[in-house]
Amino acid sequence: MPTEHTISVLVKNRPRVLARVAGLFARRGFNIDSLAVSTTQDEAISRMTVTTTCDEATLAQVCKQVGKLHDVVRVLDHTEDAMVERELCLCKVAAEAAHRAEIVQICDIFRGDVVDIGNGTVIIQLIGDKEKIDAFVRLMQDYDIQEMVRTGKIVLSRGVQAT
Amino acid sequence: MSQNQQTIKGADALLRVFREEGVDVFFGYPGGSVIPIYDSLFDAEDIRDILPRHEQGAAHAADGYARVTGKVGVCMATSGPGACNLVTGLATAYMDSIPMVAITGQVKTHLVGTDGFQEADTTGITIPVTKHSYLIKDPNEVARFPDIIREAFYLAGHGRPGPVLVDIPFDVSLGEVPWAERDIEGLDAYEPLAVADDADIVRATEMIAEAERPVLMIGGGVIASEASAEVRQLAEKCNICVVHTLMGKGGFPESHELSLGMPGMHGTVTASYALQHSDLMIVIGARFDDRITGDLERFAPDACVIHIDIDPAELDKVRHAHVGIVADARLALEKLLEAVKPRERGDWDDYLLRFREEHPLSYEQGDEAIVPQYVVQQLHEITEGKAIITTEVGQNQMWAAHYYKLDEPRRWCSSGGLGTMGYGHPAALGAQVGRPDDLVCDIAGDGSIQMCIQELATGVINKLPIKILILNNSYLGMVRQWQDMFFDKRYSGVDLTGNPDFVRVAEAYGAVGMRITKPDEVAPAIEKALEVDDVPVVMDFVVAQEENVFPMIPAGKSYEEIMERAPE
Repeated sequence: MPTEHTISVLVKNRPRVLARVAGLFARRGFNIDSLAVSTTQDEAISRMTVTTTCDEATLAQVCKQVGKLHDVVRVLDHTEDAMVERELCLCKVAAEAAHRAEIVQICDIFRGDVVDIGNGTVIIQLIGDKEKIDAFVRLMQDYDIQEMVRTGKIVLSRGVQAT
Repeated sequence: MSQNQQTIKGADALLRVFREEGVDVFFGYPGGSVIPIYDSLFDAEDIRDILPRHEQGAAHAADGYARVTGKVGVCMATSGPGACNLVTGLATAYMDSIPMVAITGQVKTHLVGTDGFQEADTTGITIPVTKHSYLIKDPNEVARFPDIIREAFYLAGHGRPGPVLVDIPFDVSLGEVPWAERDIEGLDAYEPLAVADDADIVRATEMIAEAERPVLMIGGGVIASEASAEVRQLAEKCNICVVHTLMGKGGFPESHELSLGMPGMHGTVTASYALQHSDLMIVIGARFDDRITGDLERFAPDACVIHIDIDPAELDKVRHAHVGIVADARLALEKLLEAVKPRERGDWDDYLLRFREEHPLSYEQGDEAIVPQYVVQQLHEITEGKAIITTEVGQNQMWAAHYYKLDEPRRWCSSGGLGTMGYGHPAALGAQVGRPDDLVCDIAGDGSIQMCIQELATGVINKLPIKILILNNSYLGMVRQWQDMFFDKRYSGVDLTGNPDFVRVAEAYGAVGMRITKPDEVAPAIEKALEVDDVPVVMDFVVAQEENVFPMIPAGKSYEEIMERAPE
């Protein structure tokens, strides 16, 4: 039964590492729902956060195959973890005078921010977990979403990370 | 960097690390971007470079060398097309977990990424077919040049072996790099060998004691970890019959009473039967490849599994392991041998041995056309099963596996995972270089032999007296067999009319050529070939055209659908 899983892959910050990991997913047929990557507090280490939809057996294979790559330091499977999960969304919505108030009201309800206002559009910035952003986007479908971008999920497990 | 930090030419640093690693021979084809390396080689009398006639030949030769010596094979090519020509050889080694280091030249650092002359994204192209790869371009990588080469060798030969590629821009091998002495534990890659968990060993011994129908299956991992002696001890202590995958051939003596042969798509009936009806499969250094399992839903339905493999990703990849042991095969077997209780031979074991007598491999050699299986069997008899055998791919490969029984490891070089036609000839050359005192024979088809035919020059110039036995049926045999059996004999694209006269091709290169057309000529021809000791011998055996490989379990099927011999 496929479900959504989030894994963090700690990798050496070397050229091509992203291509290696992404290529592995591609050639073994593992899907990538979202992928966020950047350096960590240790400049030599980068962190990739990948969400993938698959069953348990496939997830085990994903973690083991990724873990085999020489540049991969550690693979963390967050399936069982208590996590802090966040994603950032920028959403440009058509908002001429008649609708703007409603749109901004919805934005406030979601505790988002209007970060741009222009020729009949607003850009709303929203930070939260995936469900919150998905819910917001669903509501915005009633209006005219002109452009949208999401960062993809990043997570940290709560409490002290066992090393 | 201290002021007395020694720097040397990059190419010299490469050769210095070669010496540290015990590399005294490699297979390489030069080009512009590796000239600095070849220039340093000019003065290096202790490192022999063997020039093939195609980079693919270099890669396969390094592979054959590695399989028979246990050392890391080394090949080299220039940038662009040279590196691209290595890809098939890298993929071959990758699929079979063969330790190899491939050094490729690259355009100058400032030209990388600009579509330079003979530039290819070598590391990009080879990521999926190498264990790891390096492009020594950024200053911080150039600064650890010697360690990168050391790491490449370490990764190639440790853990699950595999090919590692190092891409070196022209200006890096021509210019200066810092030299530092070797500190193996300081290497980024260093990792001590995995050892079996005590609790797992106990559980495994319990499963062995409880099993009524156990079978031992050995694969390439037994060869890689040099575990033949331990496999034999386990089989004899516990009276368990042994099957070997194509990669495990030679890991357990095929003349041993407990050897059932190779299971799977073209395996022996007995070996396939044994796995299918077992209640315990003890799998060592094998990965449940689809040629072995056929339809997974129906494969060995009653069998629990003890799976010992150095690669944790292989456990539970294809088949659930009730006891999964991540460890070097030999070390795991040592522990298992200490703990396991002796087991008496039982009804199951006796049954399997009788079954084997009742279901031998068979073929019919008449007086007219030579049957290909007969050639292999005659070779086996005349050489007493003591040659090193390389194979091409297809029917020739399967008949070699069936009829050249081997009792020792590291005498078998066959492209199992990738199934690369053309592999056997250069692999035989590499094997001969690695073991100059051994007899080396390539069992080939007329299709396969043409894929690396140019390496005859390599054999002649380097005085490598390999014997190439071409089972010449003028067909792409295995594909023709499938079209014969499953596609209503609609032969399409398999007609190799237009093959050259292989005898004349051999002689054109300076090798010895022979044509054999009658069964009673086979043995004398082989004897004669064995007397040639300074150049390759090409033996063109004109064989029956439509012989098929049996037994066969068609793809995706199970033991229930096994065809033991050709239908009447």
